[in-house]
Amino acid sequence: MTPVLQIENVTVRFGGVTAVHDVSLTINVGELVGFIGPNGAGKTTLMRVITGIVKPQQGRVLLEGRDLARKSIDARVGAGLALAQQIVQPLHDMSMLDNVALSCGSRKTGRVITAMLHTNREPERDKARGLLEKVGLGNVVDAMPATLPLGYLKRLEVARAMALEPKLLLLDEPLAGLNQAEAAGLADLILGLNKAGQTILLIEHNLREVLRICPTLYVQDNGVPLAFGEAGEVMKNPDVRSAYLGGHA
Amino acid sequence: MAYEITLATTMAISVLFALSLNFISGFCGQISLGHAAFLGTGAYASATLTKASVPFLLTLPASAVIAGFFGFLIGLASLRVRHDFLAITTMGVGFLFVGVVRKQDFLGGELGMAGIPSPDMSREMFMVFCIFLAAVFAVFSLYIRRSWMGFVFDSIADNEDVTRILGIDASRFKLAAFVIGTAGAGIAGALYAHHFRYIGPDSFGFVQSVSVLAMVIVGGIGSVWGVAFAAAILSVLPLLVQFVDDYKLLLYSALLFAMMRFAPDGIAGIVRRSAARFRRATP
Ligand SMILES: Nc1ncnc2c1ncn2[C@@H]1O[C@H](COP(=O)(O)OP(=O)(O)OP(=O)(O)O)[C@@H](O)[C@H]1O
Ligand SMILES: [Mg+2]
Repeated sequence: MTPVLQIENVTVRFGGVTAVHDVSLTINVGELVGFIGPNGAGKTTLMRVITGIVKPQQGRVLLEGRDLARKSIDARVGAGLALAQQIVQPLHDMSMLDNVALSCGSRKTGRVITAMLHTNREPERDKARGLLEKVGLGNVVDAMPATLPLGYLKRLEVARAMALEPKLLLLDEPLAGLNQAEAAGLADLILGLNKAGQTILLIEHNLREVLRICPTLYVQDNGVPLAFGEAGEVMKNPDVRSAYLGGHA
Repeated sequence: MAYEITLATTMAISVLFALSLNFISGFCGQISLGHAAFLGTGAYASATLTKASVPFLLTLPASAVIAGFFGFLIGLASLRVRHDFLAITTMGVGFLFVGVVRKQDFLGGELGMAGIPSPDMSREMFMVFCIFLAAVFAVFSLYIRRSWMGFVFDSIADNEDVTRILGIDASRFKLAAFVIGTAGAGIAGALYAHHFRYIGPDSFGFVQSVSVLAMVIVGGIGSVWGVAFAAAILSVLPLLVQFVDDYKLLLYSALLFAMMRFAPDGIAGIVRRSAARFRRATP
């Protein structure tokens, strides 16, 4: 098994709060790992360490064996990461289609001069249309993001991340704000992507869907790793049960 | 007729100057309050060169390169500064420019440079040449808007952090906008110097920077047509109406503030909205 992502002894402190405490985690090619934990467990923070939005006080992150420490956010994305954020951030002044099309154009936006010399947006728009259809947004491609409810923008985040064709797809609560049918549909899509070879780290509170699609689980509570392994085994772990019952019941 | 030619030439130079700021502030949302420093850089560079008997036309690319080079340095330094602070930083650059130029004897110090040679062409020809350059820059701006560079600029103006998350090196694009915009201002400066044939430190101070920003905001930040129109009007107004000239800083600051408060998308936005209303009213 080849590791795509290696997190080694990462610790993040915000003032007095230790959001992530000495976490190590490895994700191999082709895996779909569910990352769960109660509110405030430090899930989003760990995700941000991976993408470089947050700098850890200790530890390091490797993508395909290369240390990401000195890389900026965009360089990390260029190296093969893509993130669908928990707090949605659409580009408000452009349509849903263009939000995704811009993301599809990484070959044209990689260098300033290339971007300057190209005007044709159609190939990327075609691809973007396909991606929006995949996530169930085929009927709102020309809408402006501000006019759409949260469930739509969540899926826009996912489509934008997919457009980058990453080596590792990071999804932070993509199912939040979706109704049951929509959530099941998007979960199926995530599973389908994984079956097609996409490596995915999925943060999600919707346990029902996580347990349905993720073969592997990683659990964190209060910044501390609780369990990692086969989903059924992990859910039997008494620490996990008490953290969940304590944190969520 | 001579007066009209002077007016038209002034207008064209202002349009070019305003469009160059529009590249920085309009396209990427980087507000600059010191853009006159780059107009000045181009003006002093070109004037110094023609006084050393370099042909006027050759000084144009030289002014662009020198102003663009300073733009690159300032842009690089201000990449770490965000949004609102950029306005302050560039304002500082504007004051720094005036302060430094005042002390340079070879640039004429306080007194400035007089007797700048006339460009080797008739006044009519020079007017046409200025209009031509402004038009070229306008067409270039319109092209960039349509290109993938413009696509990225839209994204940066919208949300720089998201742009980075989409894997785009936003800093490089901002820097490119800064270099192109300041190089454009450099060319405008070279034209300015040979139009008025006198330049001094005060020609490129805070008033000039505020005026050009007012042109961009009033025209509609980012809109090539709107900015060109506003620049044409606002540049000749002080020449036609003495009162405007006397109270320029006050009036243009007030205009700037009023537009930002009541019509942040400028004339271009007002026209767009009225057109939409008109279309809805007439089925
Ligand atoms: N930028 C920040 N500054 C200060 N504290 C922060 C910051 N980001 C997160 N925290 C704190 O770190 C802890 C972990 O937050 P984080 O958002 O990573 O949790 P989470 O597991 O994603 O929670 P949720 O399930 O609610 O999304 C929380 O106590 C939070 O208040
Ligand atoms: Mg979170």
